[in-house]
Amino acid sequence: MNSDPKLERIAKGNALALCATGTWTASFAPVLERIVADAEKLAGGPQSIFIDVSEVAKLDTFGAWLIERLRRSLTKGPVEAQIAGLSANYSSLVDEVRRVRATAVVDGGTVTITGMLEQIGRTVAGVGGTVAGLVDMLGAVLAAGFRVLIHPRSFRLTSTVHHMEQVCWRAVPIIVLITFLIGCIIAQQGIFHFRRFGADIFVVDMLGVLVLREIGVLLVAIMVAGRSGSAYTAELGSMKMREEIDALRTMGFDPIEVLVLPRMMALVLALPILAFLGAMAALYGGGLVAWLYGGVEPEAFLLRLRDAISIDHFIVGIVKAPVMAAVIGIVACVEGLAVQGSAESLGQHTTASVVKGIFFVIVMDGVFAIFFASIGM
Amino acid sequence: MAGEIQNPIIRVRDITVQFGSTRVLDGLNLDVKRGEILGFVGPSGAGKSVLTRTIIGLVPKVAGSIEVFGVDLDSSNTSQRRNVERRWGVLFQQGALFSSLTVRQNIQFPMREYLRVSQRLMDEITMAKLTMVGLKPEVAERFPSELSGGMIKRVALARALSLDPDLVFLDEPTSGLDPIGAGDFDELVRTLQRTLGLTVFMVTHDLDSLYTACDRIAVLGNGKIIAAGSIADMQASQHPWLRQYFHGKRARAVMG
Repeated sequence: MNSDPKLERIAKGNALALCATGTWTASFAPVLERIVADAEKLAGGPQSIFIDVSEVAKLDTFGAWLIERLRRSLTKGPVEAQIAGLSANYSSLVDEVRRVRATAVVDGGTVTITGMLEQIGRTVAGVGGTVAGLVDMLGAVLAAGFRVLIHPRSFRLTSTVHHMEQVCWRAVPIIVLITFLIGCIIAQQGIFHFRRFGADIFVVDMLGVLVLREIGVLLVAIMVAGRSGSAYTAELGSMKMREEIDALRTMGFDPIEVLVLPRMMALVLALPILAFLGAMAALYGGGLVAWLYGGVEPEAFLLRLRDAISIDHFIVGIVKAPVMAAVIGIVACVEGLAVQGSAESLGQHTTASVVKGIFFVIVMDGVFAIFFASIGM
Repeated sequence: MAGEIQNPIIRVRDITVQFGSTRVLDGLNLDVKRGEILGFVGPSGAGKSVLTRTIIGLVPKVAGSIEVFGVDLDSSNTSQRRNVERRWGVLFQQGALFSSLTVRQNIQFPMREYLRVSQRLMDEITMAKLTMVGLKPEVAERFPSELSGGMIKRVALARALSLDPDLVFLDEPTSGLDPIGAGDFDELVRTLQRTLGLTVFMVTHDLDSLYTACDRIAVLGNGKIIAAGSIADMQASQHPWLRQYFHGKRARAVMG
């Protein structure tokens, strides 16, 4: 049934007939394109041209369009090309493609140096917008928080508890495991290098100060930004895509109050807990390595730890946690609500959420370091 | 080849589909003949979309066999299956356009994959398809999120037709279209069926479509086909649901 398409040229007196035979369908489209391109070279000749399609075995949109394209290019000048021998079946298809206007397709734009520079400029100028967006969201969340304080019944406890389970309870195993390993590594490296000076025991000081003040909370915050910040952005983003947020708004609910506030609350409560658990796991891991690898007995480790660290170290660490949680939450929610209609946009904003979240967490950590240094803690 | 013409284009035998303990389709049999427009109706939740999705292989079945173009989809190898998939087009209920591609890229996506043709021809065919489904060429560079519901349906149909398939599955194609647009759509399906010899499997609730576009109607109920035949057969049927469906207030309005 399927046979190769052909276009034969038959001279009929003054006229030239182009007899199309075979199957003119999508499967043969590459061949058809070549045939038609060949025949288009006949344009501008003196003869009138007929395209005879009576012998075509099968025709679809591809074939019909190529015949129409041929007709159009042969029509140029005084000669008009005509299609002959159309069966009733196919004439409506050919009529259909005849309505197609040949419009030049705008190309997707080429990459130019000016274009790239423009892109860089726009991105830099957009930084201000990002910060403004974050402050805007902070304000909106605080306002919603005050409204909830005035009307405590409007607080969404169930939702908050649900998010607590997601970001806190379910995060415990992975957070504990990773901080435990980091504690082990710090202790091992400390012992390895301090041993050369006979200062093995100082590894306890290093471990205690580092874990409680910096590494514990910073590491946990980074992991939470990757784990929960991305989840928040994806959830809010897909709700935005499917107009669920618009639906909430039309029902008279404030999306900030319903969606953002419980998530923020959950995160702000969860991060100190996780940071504490992480710090304990890291100290435990470090102590274990100091004992097994460095020969520091657990009693000696604890004694040294008590001397080396004070409650200040712990407070410095744990105070940062809720602030970092707020930063992660705000960044994630802003990015989530900024998602546009496409899957690609969802991916971009989820990436941005994690990258910006981690960036701001580290910036905040630096600000805190300066602050605590100047107040002497 | 001759056998393929006589045999039904889709042959569904005794298929059973189950979600957990709920049996959605229960030993269902259905034939779709070559070149016909089959309208598929049934109460909401009866499993019309499930049957469609089972035939195109998106929902696993517990028992039974499905043949499309004479190929048993269970025992076919990858290349046979690809060959079948190249010959059918699917219009999903929500359109299912790729949201990060423009309309033009959406329609060209199957062409790029299956045909080795020039960008120029792809662009021209895209314009032809857009014209066929009644859209302006300007739409081509828009993203799906910038389209209205009706436009999404039309673009999705254009994509389903992009390879000039022999068989198209339409899942509620006219829902969400204005009556004029729906009428045009029915006519378009008719035209395509006449010109391309298309076989159409159409899940629909639109009585107008059933009257004007469909050659045959199959009714799903209790996991089985409870009736199949022409619109006249349906009206003559004594089945309570059919009586309500075809003699209700809306049906009378359509029949005038």
